[in-house]
Amino acid sequence: MWQALFEELQDQGFMVVTVAMDSRGVDAVRGPIQRAKTTYTSLVDRDHVVAELYNMVNVPQAVWIDESGKIVRPTEVSGFQVSFNLRKVQRTRRHYLDAIRDWVEKGHESEHVFSEAEARDHLSPFTAEIALAHANFHLGRYLWERGDRSEAARFLCNAVELHPDSWNFFRQMKNLEHILGSGGPAFLLRARRRSKQGQAYYELPDMAMLRES
Amino acid sequence: MESNTPESTVQVLSTAAQLVVPRHADAGALWLSAAKLHELTGWQLKPEGLCKDDACVPLPKGEEPIIEAGRVCASRLWERLERPMLHDAARSVWFLGEDAKERARQLASLEAPDFTLPDIEGKLHSLSDFRGQKVLLATWASW
Repeated sequence: MWQALFEELQDQGFMVVTVAMDSRGVDAVRGPIQRAKTTYTSLVDRDHVVAELYNMVNVPQAVWIDESGKIVRPTEVSGFQVSFNLRKVQRTRRHYLDAIRDWVEKGHESEHVFSEAEARDHLSPFTAEIALAHANFHLGRYLWERGDRSEAARFLCNAVELHPDSWNFFRQMKNLEHILGSGGPAFLLRARRRSKQGQAYYELPDMAMLRES
Repeated sequence: MESNTPESTVQVLSTAAQLVVPRHADAGALWLSAAKLHELTGWQLKPEGLCKDDACVPLPKGEEPIIEAGRVCASRLWERLERPMLHDAARSVWFLGEDAKERARQLASLEAPDFTLPDIEGKLHSLSDFRGQKVLLATWASW
């Protein structure tokens, strides 16, 4: 997904660190990573730790971190769209990549880098329910790994219930039930229901050139 | 499913670690050494209270003691601090989670939280390995 952009920008002090939210582990992701012939850093996150640290709810989401380890754009969808309008999908993606190029070239002078106040404004609240959801997910994943599938399901279900905005938890749970289960009828029903409640599957990043899309 | 854990020990998990500790006489409580609590959660017992980096919270008072003979009743402590904690008694597993307020505070500081994860070869990498570079931290999933 990022290889071309990485090759273009790697000599300008830019690194891509991808994190696979895959509770099934290396076996699930080795194929895609090898096929993409990635030369950046690709990591495997069985317990969705990075999702907890950065308050993420879906894939693909991304964070921009500057040279001193500071967040300059917090968690947002990385330019993906789900739409029948293919041009809109491509344009959104292209704008997001152009924004990254602009950041790599201009650093903090880039219009896409948030001020500290703006960055904080773009953080989602981290609630007690979300924290408890992550605890349940982690314990559920551990039990699943041990082969204790029905006991695991109890905790994974808790995680989904406590953090209903997390597609990661819902789809990962379905994937652990069955390797092809994350995009099945239950997923479609849930997506449709949330869409009716005004919750987009992928929100647009807050960027100037995307606001008029 | 039968647990392979012997009757005399319990598993304690956290985001950072996974330890086996002796089961306490009171199976409904989790007692740990201060060192193990630190290893699991990053929180340390100091005169000021429970501390992590620059943050300290005073030890909450209550009827039953939190510290006894150099060991900490982590379950009581986590309960009083209203931190996420899970106990699967049937499977002898505990989970000690991080406080939502602490997670929120960390993000609001805009310092990118560090983490260590393996690549597909099993080699560990930390986000902090890439200081000095602009990093796009991007998630995905095979599902």
